[in-house]
Amino acid sequence: MRTSRTLAVALCAVALTATAACGKDGTPGATAASSGGSAAPALPSYTVKTDVKVDSPVIAEARKRGQLIIGAKADQPNLGWEDVASGDRSGFDIEIAKMIAADLGFTPQQIKWQTLVSSQREPAIAKGQIDFYVGTYSINDERKKSVSFAGPYYIAGQDLLVRADNTSITGPESVGGKNVCTATGSTSIKNIQQYNPKITQFDTYSACVEKLMSNEVDAVTTDDAILKGYASKYAPKLRVVGKPFTKENYGVGLNKDDKALRDAISDALKAHEDNGDWKKAYDATLGLSGSPAPEVPALDRY
Amino acid sequence: MGFLFEQDNFALFRDGFLQTIELSALSALLALLLGTLLAAFRVSPVPVLRAFGTAWVTLFRNTPLTLLFFAVTFGLPPLGVHFSHLVFAVLALGGYTASFVCEVIRSGINTVPLGQAEAARSLGMTFGQTLTLVVLPQAARTVLAPMSSVFIALPRNSAIAGAFSVGELYSAQQTFSERGYSIFAIFFWVACAYLLISATVATFFRFLESRLAVVR
Repeated sequence: MRTSRTLAVALCAVALTATAACGKDGTPGATAASSGGSAAPALPSYTVKTDVKVDSPVIAEARKRGQLIIGAKADQPNLGWEDVASGDRSGFDIEIAKMIAADLGFTPQQIKWQTLVSSQREPAIAKGQIDFYVGTYSINDERKKSVSFAGPYYIAGQDLLVRADNTSITGPESVGGKNVCTATGSTSIKNIQQYNPKITQFDTYSACVEKLMSNEVDAVTTDDAILKGYASKYAPKLRVVGKPFTKENYGVGLNKDDKALRDAISDALKAHEDNGDWKKAYDATLGLSGSPAPEVPALDRY
Repeated sequence: MGFLFEQDNFALFRDGFLQTIELSALSALLALLLGTLLAAFRVSPVPVLRAFGTAWVTLFRNTPLTLLFFAVTFGLPPLGVHFSHLVFAVLALGGYTASFVCEVIRSGINTVPLGQAEAARSLGMTFGQTLTLVVLPQAARTVLAPMSSVFIALPRNSAIAGAFSVGELYSAQQTFSERGYSIFAIFFWVACAYLLISATVATFFRFLESRLAVVR
């Protein structure tokens, strides 16, 4: 544990030097806590726009405050992660949030992160505790009743995480009788149940991954984005099977009636998807798992 | 409030409720037996047993229950101990509650006048006989009230097992939350279930108190 942390710090330093050497001094997103090595793809940098005009009360308030409050997850490595020791955030969702913030005219230093677990998202957005939320937030009609979504920025699907040397699990059809782990009460259970595995449930995915590494379960199942994050963290010991059997559209959650902000976020996503930042962010985070980047989804502007 | 009767929600809730009861009942049984044994250890004339009892109480009573669950679920399998998750939960919860039961019973033993034990000894009773025939029956009556508190706390503590792959009420609550029902409605029903269990335990102990009461 200690050695791996020391290694991570060393790699981090390497990554920092590499970025600095490219002459991109002071660019946002340079703290790549999740970098896998000196050869690992570097995180993209985002130019902070000035003179941004968004006719949104939320942004006006944020500007007055001098801070943009973004809700995120903190327990998903390479996706939405907070390094408890340093307080640094890293991961694909975090990069997406930084891209949007840059286009709204906020530097990474002006972002105030707020960790929110799934059940707190809608209340926090509705009450205005956060300006928007980026964190494996699936767009669905039930949620659209209380919040708005910009995006989707990523299409995830439920998949299986296995040990790299496991060849017997090739997709959901092959888990019959196998021991599959997932989070307590998650919707993943219902989707995998039809294939008759033995289901183990823990409060966190990291507990499941722990059990996977110690051979007590055969697979961990949930959205592939989360699984890829773990596969990246423990590369090359784990791999994602790559046969998603559901479809989840990840979006940016924001206040329901704020069309101006939704459009601004959609524009920001579009711009960064088109200029290659999206792909770079993927490669430097979830891409470390060895899973290739999926198609960039088309935005749904409503 | 009505979500409970939609789709298969009621079946899930019922299964969770029954699992909570099963887990609590098994843990209570283990806690009662182990706790009594530990109390006997703590008052026994054998130093090794006394030390064991004291160590158990110190360790288990002072460790957060979640940590105990972690230790059992993630610590035992690498040592080659493989049980179902329910058994792991019973071990953690039972072992934890046993330390409280032990201390309650020990306090009861201390209320029995020393003369009782001395009289028993002078009649030629062994330590075991003195304890089981003379001291414990009297001690048990005096500790019914604090004991009921311990056993009311137990089903509520059992909620932690939901995070360790036991499909009880807490995990049912997690599932409902994930399905997007109103948090208030979910907690209302879960609270009702726990209230029902706690009230039943409390009533049972009140019944015992009235049956076993002795005039002193």
